[in-house]
Amino acid sequence: MKTLPAVDAVIIGGGWAGLLMAKELGSRTALSIVVLERGVPRNPSDYADAMDELDYAIRMRMMQDLSQETVTLRQNAGQRAVPLRQHGSFQPGSGVGGSGEHWNALCPRFLPDCFELLSRTTEKYGARALPEDHSIHDWGVTYDELEPFYTRVDKLLGVSGKAGNLKGEKIEGGNIFEGPRSEEYPTPPTKVPYFAALFRDAAKSLGYHPFPAPSATLSQAYTNPDGISRGGCTYCGFCGRFGCMVGAKAQPTTLLLPIIQKRKNVVLRTGAWVRRILFDSAPKSKARGVTYVDATGEEIFQPASLLFLSSWTFNNTRLLLLSGIGEPYDPATGDGTVGSNLTHQVSTNAATAFFEQPLNRFMGSGSAATFIGDFDGDVFDRGTLPFLRGGTLGARGYGFQPIANFGVVPHSVKSSWGSEWKKAAVSCYDRTGTVGFTGEHLAYKTNFMDLDPTYKDKLGDPLLRLTLDWHDNERKMADFATAKAIEIARAMNATEINPSPPLRHYDSTRYQTTHVQGGTIMGTSPEHAVVNPYLQHWQLPNLFVLGGSTFPQNASMNPTPTILALTYRTADAIVDRYLKDPGPLA
Amino acid sequence: MRRRHFLTLSAATLGGVLVYSLDRKASLVASEQKPSRIPLRFFTETEALIVAAAASRIFPSDDSGPGAREAGVAVYIDKQLAASYGRDRYRYTQPPFEGASPEFGYQGKETPRQIYREGLKALRGFHLLPPAGQDKALQQIESSVFFALLRQNTIEGMFCDPMHGGNAGMVGWQLIGFPGPRMSNFDDVEKHYGEAFRPKPASLSQVTRKKIRPSEDEP
Repeated sequence: MKTLPAVDAVIIGGGWAGLLMAKELGSRTALSIVVLERGVPRNPSDYADAMDELDYAIRMRMMQDLSQETVTLRQNAGQRAVPLRQHGSFQPGSGVGGSGEHWNALCPRFLPDCFELLSRTTEKYGARALPEDHSIHDWGVTYDELEPFYTRVDKLLGVSGKAGNLKGEKIEGGNIFEGPRSEEYPTPPTKVPYFAALFRDAAKSLGYHPFPAPSATLSQAYTNPDGISRGGCTYCGFCGRFGCMVGAKAQPTTLLLPIIQKRKNVVLRTGAWVRRILFDSAPKSKARGVTYVDATGEEIFQPASLLFLSSWTFNNTRLLLLSGIGEPYDPATGDGTVGSNLTHQVSTNAATAFFEQPLNRFMGSGSAATFIGDFDGDVFDRGTLPFLRGGTLGARGYGFQPIANFGVVPHSVKSSWGSEWKKAAVSCYDRTGTVGFTGEHLAYKTNFMDLDPTYKDKLGDPLLRLTLDWHDNERKMADFATAKAIEIARAMNATEINPSPPLRHYDSTRYQTTHVQGGTIMGTSPEHAVVNPYLQHWQLPNLFVLGGSTFPQNASMNPTPTILALTYRTADAIVDRYLKDPGPLA
Repeated sequence: MRRRHFLTLSAATLGGVLVYSLDRKASLVASEQKPSRIPLRFFTETEALIVAAAASRIFPSDDSGPGAREAGVAVYIDKQLAASYGRDRYRYTQPPFEGASPEFGYQGKETPRQIYREGLKALRGFHLLPPAGQDKALQQIESSVFFALLRQNTIEGMFCDPMHGGNAGMVGWQLIGFPGPRMSNFDDVEKHYGEAFRPKPASLSQVTRKKIRPSEDEP
């Protein structure tokens, strides 16, 4: 094995979190920094001629190459896990920028009480209201503490939207249920495609509070505090699963990479597949560096004094498990922390609605949408409803592309091929829209990750094994959302409505969201958490873990702004405190 | 090296231009091209004829507009199977292969090429049957992995960018009012509420004025 000269910091994974940390430390300090990204190099210019649905959205050119590594899944510990052999319920990205390149750029904040879920819920409803086998925890950071960092994220990305709560003052037209914001969004909301406008008007007529989705795809030209200028969206509709053709969508390659490339103290190595984090346990516990295999297959040791693990939920968890860092979570005893608190998100096409009139759905953007937050979190009077928490309902105005969307017909059409089906599907193609739901996923003792005993990656390392299923709380929440969505779809004058089938067991074949969280959760005690509230490893103080893997449980909304806000907070703590006096920050 | 096989498609069936009458009924005006003799990359000629016939029953040409035949779906599928998709380049194919419920996705060992080759054996002589007989034969395999794949690939071949070999003459896009990739809908996205807005379709290479190499042509 070749040993390279030591550097000050190694960052594993060149996505949103890793590149933001590289930009912050790279420009605010003189630290020598190496970013190791196992995927390919990417540049915004790659996307100028990439508007091809088949190669990008169907064959998923920007996603992880599963022939090299995937995860295995079982729904409970009694089952034998099998590998997810093709992409399905989530789509992790690969290459520089990671999933931040192909995201839809929805940019909401989490509700304030999400960060104190255990204490707030217990306070309000009593401990007995929580599911018996839950493993819900507070984050160890509050919304108020995170708010200034959320505001920095909004400015970094130029988020387009309308505030619904400015310093406590509720503003109609924005999301009045959101936490107080210190400032209005940097840019006004996006345009509203017809289907999202139909939803907006119907929701309003029912007394709900529709708001334009916060969008990191710009409504108009914007220059961020780093001096990066981007133009506004053209509503071409090629967003999720694509990189942005015109650079209107915030992506790590548009916002972070150009700054990193100018810094002589930051080096980005692609094709670098990290296998282990090496560490000393005595006399003083600390991480020493990483071993990786480069593009030529050579195994390399890169020593470093400061390490950041920012390689998405799965690999953050897997690398700690493979490296033997921390105690693996054991569901039988509840001991150990690494791999616990696996959550996804309750995401359904709650009501698929068919209309008389055409919708022109090819026009739009992944984040040109209308939502309601009236049933999110704990903002509504839940009376005797048999579940905790909630989520948002909304109508997305993303550009419909035909391969993915052709063939949806009302349940009254019984065939799925042949002339009858074709006629119905042709007529429905541009007359169909879904009122979608995304809701919170609580953490349970029985949903977790560990190393698979059977299946291996391309280098012979064990795959990560997910043990994951829905519980009654999610099933009942989804039923409730479906009923509400049908009510709204009726008010939109839908001629027919296909309700979402009820949630039963976790289905890996139905795309839900790419918001899988947990495994290396943050918290105020090493008893239940892997990292402290500054995302610093409880046992190895020179190791930080960034990303959704640190979420104790999942909120209903899109996680990127929260991931970036937490990363900013950690960067500040490192620059202001850790570098002066390396050691535990909490 | 395998013997070269060709699929001959008549000018009357491949591509063409859709014309809408006042009551929005579509009719197809054949393109004036000569018959195309398309070299096959994966299928034998007989296999291609069976696939073309089966795709035409899944997505028929009828009074609602053109179908798999005009779009050249069989040509599209042939190219896909010959390339990385057909050999499962991007799927996790490590053993052991275990059975699991449908919620875990396709767990089989067989690649799309193998699924087609095997599935087509059960459809021997299919292209010579009358339409009713063809439908009956397809009903018998309706729940198979092969049929699900053929149906999915047929939809892909109907609506992919023409550079992939399907959607010839953009008949699929014309059929459903999809204009293809457009550089900007900025001025139109908030107009046309409730009424059809149907810009003339253009392919990716027409829009970008560049020759784009589809993934199936990569080495």
